[in-house]
Amino acid sequence: MLDNSMKLEFPSKSQNESFARVVVASFASQLDPTIDELADVKTAVSEAVTNAIIHGYEDTEGIVYVECKIINNKLEIIIKDNGQGIRDINMVMEPLYTTKPELERSGMGFTVMETFMDELEVKSEVGKGTHIRMVKEFKSVSIKE
Amino acid sequence: MRLDLTVEGKNLVVKFNGELDHHTAQQIREKIDEEYRRQKLQNIILDLKGLNFMDSSGIGLIMGRYKICLNNNGKLALIHVNSRLEKILKVSGIFKIVKKYDSLSEACHIF
Ligand SMILES: Nc1ncnc2c1ncn2[C@@H]1O[C@H](COP(=O)(O)OP(=O)(O)OP(=O)(O)O)[C@@H](O)[C@H]1O
Ligand SMILES: [Mg+2]
Repeated sequence: MLDNSMKLEFPSKSQNESFARVVVASFASQLDPTIDELADVKTAVSEAVTNAIIHGYEDTEGIVYVECKIINNKLEIIIKDNGQGIRDINMVMEPLYTTKPELERSGMGFTVMETFMDELEVKSEVGKGTHIRMVKEFKSVSIKE
Repeated sequence: MRLDLTVEGKNLVVKFNGELDHHTAQQIREKIDEEYRRQKLQNIILDLKGLNFMDSSGIGLIMGRYKICLNNNGKLALIHVNSRLEKILKVSGIFKIVKKYDSLSEACHIF
């Protein structure tokens, strides 16, 4: 059963990183999350949105898409860009792998998403864009009849 | 993000107040590095008490300041690391090279 959903889109400006994570966190609050669960979601959203902005669109401006669905006690978050895409997904998901060390990126974004969320799925096509799907299960939720 | 920079001997103490992400990191980095160079300091202490949010941009920022200190025979220390920050810092493995302390006075002892 699909309980609720929302969609959001915004230009790839870095000011929107905090906007995106606050919106998703406030949407998630209907699941009665713990402070830690909410902070996990905020961090993972920040990682994926930041990646769309700095890697997906690099110096160009494009649109970042965020979709959320609540299914029972789970929140599914999709973050998409129509940017340059990823050639080798397995390689970029390795901890410490970064193509932007000169910007002081640490290469830990995917590792953070993986550890802070319950599921992470990455789809990408070079020249087309990247699609990130993450799921967080809210353990404290008592599912209403 | 509000940043408070104070100098204690050869140490630069940086107090964070707000959220550290890709958007805020750039400016923070510049402010810290400028003060560190201008005052010819050796060590940096990052006080994370007022830091309400940090993503991997913070890992990059801490690593970058660690390298700057190292190149200058200095050290970097973290103080007031709460459980949220602890979680992301642990994932990054940063505690292998950067130590955390409970208070400023404790951190100052190592320099
Ligand atoms: N949306 C995207 N579009 C294109 N490439 C991407 C995208 N997201 C990630 N990448 C590639 O994957 C690499 C690893 O991403 P990850 O988030 O793990 O690290 P990072 O962004 O480089 O550093 P950090 O997130 O620690 O600041 C990036 O350096 C980039 O090459
Ligand atoms: Mg990243």
